Amino acid sequence: MATDEQKKLIVEALEKKTGKSKFYLKDFYTMIPDLKPRAIKNIVNEMVADGILEYWSSGSTTLIGLKGVGKQAGAEHED
Amino acid sequence: MPKHETPLLDELESGPWPSFVSDIKAEAASRAKNEKNVEFQIPVDVCDDLLGVLELSYKHGRTHWKHGGIVGVFGYGGGVIGRYCDQPGMFPGVAHFHTVRVNQPGGKFYNTAYLKQLCDLWEFRGSGLTNMHGSTGDIILIGTQTPQLEEIFYDLTHNMNQDLGGSGSNLRTPADCIGSARCEYACYDTQSMCYALTQEYQDELHRPAFPYKFKFKFDGCPNCCVASIARSDMSFIGLWRDEIRIDQAAVAAYVGGEIQPNGGAHAGRDWGKFDIQKEVIGLCPTECMRYEGGKLEIDNKECTHCMHCINVMPRALRIGNDRGCAILVGAKAPILDGAQMGSLLVPFISVEDPYDEVKEVIEKVWDYWMEEGKNRERLGELIKRQGFQKLLEATDIEASPLHVSEPRSNPYIFWKEEEVEGGWERDVKAYRKDHLR
Repeated sequence: MATDEQKKLIVEALEKKTGKSKFYLKDFYTMIPDLKPRAIKNIVNEMVADGILEYWSSGSTTLIGLKGVGKQAGAEHED
Repeated sequence: MPKHETPLLDELESGPWPSFVSDIKAEAASRAKNEKNVEFQIPVDVCDDLLGVLELSYKHGRTHWKHGGIVGVFGYGGGVIGRYCDQPGMFPGVAHFHTVRVNQPGGKFYNTAYLKQLCDLWEFRGSGLTNMHGSTGDIILIGTQTPQLEEIFYDLTHNMNQDLGGSGSNLRTPADCIGSARCEYACYDTQSMCYALTQEYQDELHRPAFPYKFKFKFDGCPNCCVASIARSDMSFIGLWRDEIRIDQAAVAAYVGGEIQPNGGAHAGRDWGKFDIQKEVIGLCPTECMRYEGGKLEIDNKECTHCMHCINVMPRALRIGNDRGCAILVGAKAPILDGAQMGSLLVPFISVEDPYDEVKEVIEKVWDYWMEEGKNRERLGELIKRQGFQKLLEATDIEASPLHVSEPRSNPYIFWKEEEVEGGWERDVKAYRKDHLR
């Protein structure tokens, strides 16, 4: 179960990023210090279920970003 | 009269092979006729527009698909692959054309009622076009629109007892051979293990967990009917560690021509009398067999489980009784780096429900890869980059000669300073007493 503090750290880290809106799961590893990759994975997936983050998948790779941020949702009328 | 002229696609039907173009045309015609009065939930002319956009892609020499997207079903981060057409005005039927991956039944066992139900669902809510099966093993349902996704998911899970498969950076749908359900070569129950691990790792299967895709495949014997050794990051290949069981009377029957070799396969032409020396003994890769005085002998400690002799004389030679599996890691197709075959990690492990020993290895491999793997780096590429020894350390498996595929060619195992008496330091003066400069 992710804490509000952990979720806040991830959202703040994503909001600071410029130029890209979607990130690999591994990019999230550094956003919360001292947590193992598996724990970060669980937090990220929980935040997707909460509607804070969303997946983007090419079919072979998955990227993750803040929900609604980026071009695709609007371009494909999926927002 | 077709909706779009397709002269370039039509050429693909002119060859001697069955053509996917003919299949799509057949489905387009079937939808137009609609003899079953299906209330199509996506445009009736989806297949016509698919042909149209394909024709345009051939004409332009480039794709008109925009691959990938944010679409999926609630709670899942895999199983749906978004696809959009970049000419939705010209081809509205395929403006959205998403793919749905469905977890195939173990061993791909179906009954016709199930297949009919699946086809009815896909005609109703999709294009009617399927790929049985994708290279990972899934049932692939090709082409539907976003509003249909949750409806399809509901039908699959509630009415068909069926789940979506894996995609993206998830555990991919585990695949297994038919196993002991029908095959006497199976050294473990592949369907049981495939099912147990599919249930155990539901989170990894449905939500992204890794730097990139990860595939499990389960082969009941070294014949490798699902090609796990070449196609999965973690391959479970059944084998035995005692002796091949020999029925000498049946061997004599093969030699005497009373039983057909290879189970009667290759019988379409006359290959001459069965020659055990030439067709079995002489082809043994480790030369561990001999046939003298009407008796077949096998030096089992030299046997590498290639399966050739058992395949040729299945009624005379049977797998041993002390059975389990070997685990190989790192196979992959050549997407980013070149293709790789699996490397042996665990020479033999017992395979008993609830598979705790196997799960322990899997989770250590995952922890290592999640920590050390770069984005989009498959396990096999990580092993190549860091060396097999790192994986052995991460999994607490002791290096053994079995880990060396060929002497002097795969420098997987290195001595460490603490393993060598005196370390790397030495007394140069003492050395020079015996070794002049």
